[in-house]
Amino acid sequence: MNLQATDFELFGLAERFAQDRAALDARWKDLQRQVHPDKFADQGAAAQRVAMQKSVRVNEAYQRLKDPLKRAAYLCELHGAPVNAENNTAMPASFLMQQMQWREALEEAHSSDELDQLRGECMQAKRQTLQDIERLLDDTQDYAVAVAQVRALMFIERFVADVDRRLDQIES
Amino acid sequence: MALLQISEPGQTPNPHERRVAVGIDLGTTHSLVAAVRHGVAECLPDAQGQVIVPSVVRYLEGGGRQIGFEAITAGVEDPQNTIASVKRFMGRGLKDVALAGRLPYQFVDHPGMLGIQTVQGEKSPVEVSADILATLRYRAEDTFNADLYGAVITVPAYFDDAQRQATKDAAQLAGLNVLRLINEPTAAAIAYGLDNASEGVYAIYDLGGGTFDISILRLTQGVFEVVATGGDSALGGDDYDHALADWVLAQTGVSATSAADKAALKAAARACKEALTDSENVAFKAELTGAEVVFDVKRSDFEAVTQKLTDRTLQAVRKALRDARLDASEVKGVVMVGGSTRMPHIQRVVGEFFGQTPLTNLNPDEVVALGAAIQANQLAGNNPGGDLLLLDVIPLSLGLETMGGLVERIVARNETIPCARAQDFTTYIDGQTALALHVVQGERDLVADCRSLARFELRGIPPMAAGAARIRVTFTIDADGLLSVAAREQISGVEASIAVKPSYGLGDEQITRMLADSYASAEADLQARAIAEARVDADRMILATQSALDVDGDLLDADQRAAIEQLMRQVRAACDLDDAPAIEAITTMLAKDTEAFAALRMNRSIQQALSGKNIEAI
Repeated sequence: MNLQATDFELFGLAERFAQDRAALDARWKDLQRQVHPDKFADQGAAAQRVAMQKSVRVNEAYQRLKDPLKRAAYLCELHGAPVNAENNTAMPASFLMQQMQWREALEEAHSSDELDQLRGECMQAKRQTLQDIERLLDDTQDYAVAVAQVRALMFIERFVADVDRRLDQIES
Repeated sequence: MALLQISEPGQTPNPHERRVAVGIDLGTTHSLVAAVRHGVAECLPDAQGQVIVPSVVRYLEGGGRQIGFEAITAGVEDPQNTIASVKRFMGRGLKDVALAGRLPYQFVDHPGMLGIQTVQGEKSPVEVSADILATLRYRAEDTFNADLYGAVITVPAYFDDAQRQATKDAAQLAGLNVLRLINEPTAAAIAYGLDNASEGVYAIYDLGGGTFDISILRLTQGVFEVVATGGDSALGGDDYDHALADWVLAQTGVSATSAADKAALKAAARACKEALTDSENVAFKAELTGAEVVFDVKRSDFEAVTQKLTDRTLQAVRKALRDARLDASEVKGVVMVGGSTRMPHIQRVVGEFFGQTPLTNLNPDEVVALGAAIQANQLAGNNPGGDLLLLDVIPLSLGLETMGGLVERIVARNETIPCARAQDFTTYIDGQTALALHVVQGERDLVADCRSLARFELRGIPPMAAGAARIRVTFTIDADGLLSVAAREQISGVEASIAVKPSYGLGDEQITRMLADSYASAEADLQARAIAEARVDADRMILATQSALDVDGDLLDADQRAAIEQLMRQVRAACDLDDAPAIEAITTMLAKDTEAFAALRMNRSIQQALSGKNIEAI
């Protein structure tokens, strides 16, 4: 196993955004079956360390590949368009307007029904954005444009996490 | 069996000898050890046939310990020195222990882990746990008449790093080679054989004596993937006992203040709770100093006064399902673990929640140890064709303190282990040469609300402008779920790292002292075993001699008989002393001095056999 290979190479998958989750999961388990430290439990500390390194690498790749947002960001980065979320927060005005509306709705929501409805709206936006990303990455290979959509998706996901946190508060 | 094995000098009797590996469930109320024998996992019983060891250790004045049932019985009279439910104190400071005020112990507060003052001085929860583990280790070694290769020890899925580390420390102190720490619910799923033909999502509802765990597992082709875990490391059967006792006190207007009264109440509540599993009505009975409490408790009363506790478990179940992004209807099966799931209303409520009858056909007390044994057998290499693979997750997020007391999350909870995560930090003052790192665990945003795991410093950063240094901090979590943290300044290559231990684990000095103590107590344990064995041999010899005298005493003259009887008295007297070599010496003398008598008896029995038979018959 080449620890320096890309996540896609490591998993033997085509380097593209669209992936079959079931195939990805099966591949992950196959790989862990080969490299997990438990498979080397009776072979001494050195074998354990090597296994641990490989197992960590497989898990790292899996975490990135299974999450559409991370997978998209990774593809952009591989093709010279890093996300740089920390330094690049410029977003279109229309997107920012929608974000503000959502934030206001979150402030005003007091029941889990209202929150569920808001969450539904966000998930709809997320699905739309993911479709755009898939088209940009796999069909037109326009990484520079795709990366902007990836940043938008990061905003949406962070907002969904805030909605979930509020749901936790209300239900506990 | 050992006597029948003959091998050439220098050869092992069996080059492919199986390694003895056990699974240990170190529980809050009781512990068990199990192993795979003849292809089947089974719990190992003690000489009385009991598989359960109550997790109770009593420290006696002047040295010595009582462990298990013995400790419970004696502990009613001596609650301060009888430590029960020690698992709740593992890796915990005094402020973390709910209801510490109502426990009969003299706690000593330390940063990191509390201690308990006993007649034998202060004991760390790690030492108390090690005493329980050592008992199980001896049991396994006696069963197999062999040294242990290693053990898999189970911990609640919700245990944080400090609690896991404390558990591993205890095992090492007990002389166990820890093959792996695994989560209790995962072990339960293995025991239920959910690996064969059980593809799908399973929920493991584990309500033990002191902890509640919920785990959502996804099973595919022999792989156990923990999708989400949740729970409450301070909620269990003990709380149901307390709730019942409090309610009875409130109903009767009696109060209990002394340690003995508190212990008696707790025992009464527990007995009442257990009886309510099979009966609708049970009398709560407790003898307190100055008052006897007798109160009739209906099952519905008990359900009502513990409703809040049961609801708390369901809340955790909902949260775990949400973490797993699953609906209750998507769960294919529900496994019940822990003695507290015997309570009928728990089974009913959980069944209603998931819309199906939970699995209860394995003994809920044993199921975790059985699963651990299966995993131990595989890790020891006894089952090379085994297809079992556990892909566990980290139960709580790990992060670093940043400016303003905020937590920067590095590893999110429910991430599959082993894993490593790196994040870059920088200096914020010109010429800054050191960076303090504070590692925390928990889901909250403020450091103050999370558990502090460790602090360390990266020193020797070359002076640079603020923001110029690039410090990469790497969190590595091994397959046991234990964390180590490394920091490296990328430009200069300066490094610092820490296996997360000091602030919530034990200091080196403490470990050294405990090891010394445990060697001393291991010596004492060894002596105690030798004495017990010598007494058994002596008793056997006396019995045999006495029955010989009863049958064939007429073969001896008065002097011979008197000499033998004198020796028997000496053997009996020696048995009253705690001196194994003395007992053995006098027993041997009795055996030697009765040899002539034995020869006479043998002659007589031969003559008796011959008499009355003709030559041809011989």
